[in-house]
Amino acid sequence: MSLSVTLHHRFPGFTLDVEFQAQTGVTALFGRSGSGKTSVINAVAGLLRPDRGRVTLDGQDLSNSKTGRWLPPHHRGLGYVFQDSRLFPHLSVRQNLTYGRWFSRHSDRISLDDVVSLLGIGDLLDRRPGALSGGEKQRVAIGRALLSRPRMLLMDEPLAALDDARKSEILPYLERLRDQTQIPILYVSHAMSEVARLATTLVIMQDGKVVQAGPLGQLMSDPETARHLGMQETGSVVEATVEGHDDDGLTRLASPLGHLLVPGMAAQPGQRLRLRIHAQDVMLSLSPPKDVSALNILAAKVLSVSRGAGPDVLVQLSVGQDHLLARITARSAASLQLGPDRAVYAIIKSVAVTRKA
Amino acid sequence: MDSTFGLTPQEWQAVALSLRVSLWATVVSLPFGVAVAYLLARRQFWGKQLLNGLVHLPLILPPVVTGYILLMGFGRRGPVGGFLDDCCGIVLAFRWTGAALAAAIMAFPLMVRAIRLAIEAVDPKLEQVAGTLGANGAWVFLTVTLPLILPGIVAGAILAFAKAMGEFGATITFVSNIPGQTQTLPSAIYSFLQVPGGEGAALRLVLIAVGIAMVALVVSEWVGRTIARRIAGI
Repeated sequence: MSLSVTLHHRFPGFTLDVEFQAQTGVTALFGRSGSGKTSVINAVAGLLRPDRGRVTLDGQDLSNSKTGRWLPPHHRGLGYVFQDSRLFPHLSVRQNLTYGRWFSRHSDRISLDDVVSLLGIGDLLDRRPGALSGGEKQRVAIGRALLSRPRMLLMDEPLAALDDARKSEILPYLERLRDQTQIPILYVSHAMSEVARLATTLVIMQDGKVVQAGPLGQLMSDPETARHLGMQETGSVVEATVEGHDDDGLTRLASPLGHLLVPGMAAQPGQRLRLRIHAQDVMLSLSPPKDVSALNILAAKVLSVSRGAGPDVLVQLSVGQDHLLARITARSAASLQLGPDRAVYAIIKSVAVTRKA
Repeated sequence: MDSTFGLTPQEWQAVALSLRVSLWATVVSLPFGVAVAYLLARRQFWGKQLLNGLVHLPLILPPVVTGYILLMGFGRRGPVGGFLDDCCGIVLAFRWTGAALAAAIMAFPLMVRAIRLAIEAVDPKLEQVAGTLGANGAWVFLTVTLPLILPGIVAGAILAFAKAMGEFGATITFVSNIPGQTQTLPSAIYSFLQVPGGEGAALRLVLIAVGIAMVALVVSEWVGRTIARRIAGI
């Protein structure tokens, strides 16, 4: 699967000028409100006809302003999940789910039973949309899009209208969707926590332009990315494997950074996890720290020190086979004389385990 | 004097004719009403204001003027009427079918208005979703728009029926007031009031008119509420 998007569109007071590719997995379009993410996904879906541009899916042009080709939405074979679930109020949940089936020309890739059990909506089938909670509605909307047998799923902030409890109710379903179906997903969001948990590829948008794009792990350890995310959100994302559990309740993980210890979790050895290490949770020391309460201390080498607008600097480190970002004050960086190739120790204060891969 | 429900044959004929005229006027104009309402609510095209004006004209013109225009156009020597007579042997002037045409045209603006409001109340986002799920324009209309505007269609139809039942000016101008042929309920009431001793017959017809109007209102309320409940998804 590959999606290739080139768009140029002029709105009153705003210009969209975008180019990116998406491969299998979850491609997250990340950016602030008003950065043009929804316009991009609408152009892919065929709901917005851009002034110029080309959208290609698996070698087939969905639209191409040069040749004048324009497939209407109902011929594109893309499932769209909107922020507001937009269930048909006059149909039952079951009828909503099977709506797209009437028009699908693709083979049976996924059955109603599969979708119902994937999304846990078996009890809702005979209810009407008016009687569902926000989280339930959104799960049905996802199921409805899936059952239209799309070549690709488009999701426009599918969790934005939900409270935190509902979000954490749906996120595991989205992870299962990514891991258990082969359907690629284009996911629009302005919430870094969702993106860090779900995305395989990250496309960062600002003011109608793509400012950065690439594999999530690589981008998240790039100091350049921090300029777009803000210091609070900056942090590396690392894939890890559970090695085992210790008697004192800690879980040992193997990661490209090295071995890590996290508070015990119910996971089998061999299970894949995704870790997020915020840059502000990483401290640096020139000598191997003794008498420190932190458990995870890794030998590292400084790759670069980048200065932002504030009093802080971001230090990019090479640790094991991966990269890690540390956020420290400029004063500390000066007194430690940090610079490229300097050997340091990274003290990781906390590791967030964001999902099971 | 002794006849069905205490009505004389002439009175009964007027009631039956009115019901028939109104029913036909409503049923035949309904698809056009939905189509025009959809065009006005959802489409942008050249001449949209002109169409809007034409549809609403009978609401503003004196009914007699509308009837006269119909007579000019659809009379036997009118351009449309002459053509219909020549090609298919259809004559509208001074027939009950003409009364139905007059009633339909007079009721059309009310019907279109009610349906148009219902269409405008349908969230276009729902139609958009149906498109992304693979439905083309016609299917979107049939499976999403139409079920959602059903209460509006029912309301528009009953409003049009009630208007057709009461239509007088255009009807009497276009098809005259021939007992048994074109004498509708209002024309009959008018005629009875013109002759001495006709007040009794007029009063009976008035009561029937009131009764029919009440029944229509109650039925429309009930149908509308039932459909609305079904659509609300409860």
